[in-house]
Amino acid sequence: MLLQIKNLHAGIHGKEILRGVNLDVDKGEIHAIMGPNGTGKSTLASVIAGREVFDVTAGEILYKGKDLKKLSIEDRAREGIFLGFQYPVEIPGVSITNFMRTAVNEVRKFKGLDPLPGGEFLRLMEEKKRLVEITSNLTNRSVNEGFSGGEKKKNEIFQMAMLEPMLAILDETDSGLDIDALRIVANGVNKLRRPDNAFVVITHYQRLLDYIVPDFVHVLFEGRIVKSGGKELALELEEKGYDWIKKEQK
Amino acid sequence: MQTESKEPVTQKRFIDLFEKNRAFLSANDTPGLNVTRVKAMASFAKLGFPDTSMESWRLTSLEESFERGYDYHLQPMEEVDVQKVFRCNIPHLDTAVIGQLNGWYVSKDVPLMELGNGIIMGSLAEARKKYPQLIEKYFGTIADDTNDGFTALNTAFTQDGVFIYVPDNVKSPKPVQLINVIHHDENLFLQSRNLIIVGSNAMLSLVHCDDSYNHQASFSNVVTEVHLGEHGAMDHYKLQNLNNNSTLISSVFFRMAASASLDSHYLSLNGGLLRNNIRVLFNGPNGNASIYGLYLMDRKQHVDNNLFIDHAYPGCTSSETFKGILDEHARAIFNGHVLVRRDAAKTDARQSNKNILLTDTARVNSKPFLEIYNDDVKCSHGSTTGQLDQESMFYLRQRGIGEETARMLLMFAFADEIVARIAIPQLRQRIEDMVKKRLQGELQICEQCVLHCSTPEHPIEFQIDLGKI
Repeated sequence: MLLQIKNLHAGIHGKEILRGVNLDVDKGEIHAIMGPNGTGKSTLASVIAGREVFDVTAGEILYKGKDLKKLSIEDRAREGIFLGFQYPVEIPGVSITNFMRTAVNEVRKFKGLDPLPGGEFLRLMEEKKRLVEITSNLTNRSVNEGFSGGEKKKNEIFQMAMLEPMLAILDETDSGLDIDALRIVANGVNKLRRPDNAFVVITHYQRLLDYIVPDFVHVLFEGRIVKSGGKELALELEEKGYDWIKKEQK
Repeated sequence: MQTESKEPVTQKRFIDLFEKNRAFLSANDTPGLNVTRVKAMASFAKLGFPDTSMESWRLTSLEESFERGYDYHLQPMEEVDVQKVFRCNIPHLDTAVIGQLNGWYVSKDVPLMELGNGIIMGSLAEARKKYPQLIEKYFGTIADDTNDGFTALNTAFTQDGVFIYVPDNVKSPKPVQLINVIHHDENLFLQSRNLIIVGSNAMLSLVHCDDSYNHQASFSNVVTEVHLGEHGAMDHYKLQNLNNNSTLISSVFFRMAASASLDSHYLSLNGGLLRNNIRVLFNGPNGNASIYGLYLMDRKQHVDNNLFIDHAYPGCTSSETFKGILDEHARAIFNGHVLVRRDAAKTDARQSNKNILLTDTARVNSKPFLEIYNDDVKCSHGSTTGQLDQESMFYLRQRGIGEETARMLLMFAFADEIVARIAIPQLRQRIEDMVKKRLQGELQICEQCVLHCSTPEHPIEFQIDLGKI
């Protein structure tokens, strides 16, 4: 099992947000996590990535059988966990090229590999840019600075392609995207799919799942996964809305 | 008596010293220059040294620096092996190098160079003998002695320093590097005086480095006067890398004729107590002055950038862009005073000061200040102080970048806005290296200052290609 979440309780500043999440993700699988706003979807993603503002109060997260609690943010990333941000951060003064070269080489160093030679790195960049249909000179610009919503999300998928994670968590990557950008982002994910990696796609709408077909759909509600099913669950949610879940919970 | 040793810095000490050595100090004065000197001394007798009761020195106390006690010499102390002290300049940077040791021009055989294109540069003491009229026309007319004790004292004791003259319509073919080194076995009080004249339609690029070689305490009171003629242009770099026992009071006065243009960069990398007085007077319309500052301070280092830009004529543009990163117990003060006078319509003035504090104990006092007496102006000011952005840190680390590297990356990106403004590519590269080392805590004041490039740079374990950021 790639990821095992057992009875996870977590919160921020003493306020509990996750109230006993259980989730198993295996290699080769795509999981969709859906649910109304404010139920803890982004918190779950952040906690897996190791964001320090959140406190894990109970339960555990096992990744490749190892307890994640002991790993720093960067070590989780180096072990293959990637978080696609809902709101990618703008970092003026740091070019994407240097950002990615630093990231790729730090991950390589962690794995005991030599840094990628400059030429090879640039070739890799070009290849991955094509994958997400980045045609502009995006890569010489500062990270996300002045990017449109669509460019930011494409840039997330581009980074994911560069780092080739084992477990990618995409936090509302579809929000704010027009249909063309959505197709490009989804296409990128589908091309990166391999039998040995897995995706957790967090989304509010069913729309993205027309393009990225999930093996499992989970509904997160008030800090717990209250319903799991196949891709047909997403359609049901689309049709009935989340009120149905809310009522069922009461 | 031409040497005084180990005494604290007091007003009385210098008044007495002046009286005793009046004849010696004035030996080469023209009558006009002597009047300036005597007036300045009277001014100093009235003003004394500043203290924290004065608004512009409120946050910078010199008490500790004054009490240390210093030798003060009225003539150069020893023969200097020029080659040994000024070993080399910035790698690949083709500059004309002129040097000062402990405030004295280091000449060897040629105290004053007169280049074919009419440019004169070298010792101010020599220039005073050789071009008395030229010196008298400018000396003491740009620096204001009447409200600053340090400037008055410097004028009263003026002997040597650097003189640069670029005639009308001449563009200095290569940057001039002025290297000011402090190296002595005793605590040293030193003063030097520089005079730079850039004629109409003339151009000068000047790299002005203050370095120390050892950890001996020093107190420098340096005054530089700069005249820019009509349509004259100057690209000015002030690089400060001094030891933690050094106190530097640097006062630079720029006087800008109509349509003159100035880019001035203050890069403070180390120093015990640094006070930069930066004065710009627009003495004609349509001038432009852009002043940039970067300070990277740690331990108990203290930097005080005090600017005054006087928009006395219409149509002038000025900008102050200062950024700092402060670690441990470091302290920074920014005072950016811009005065827009009643007649200065169409003024465009901007002020910005941004700071990153790495610890709870580092402190910044930032005071951008616009004083405006004309309605037809565009002015803006802003100041921010904060920690490294935690969102950005999380983002970088989530991509596998270690915490330390992520911090470096963000700090360098922050500093690079200033470094990127350096127009001389080789100098920019050099400063990037120095900033990078400084941020990693690896910059030494002695071995790795701008001068000492004879030992090749050690490769740094740092994956970021700073040239491409």
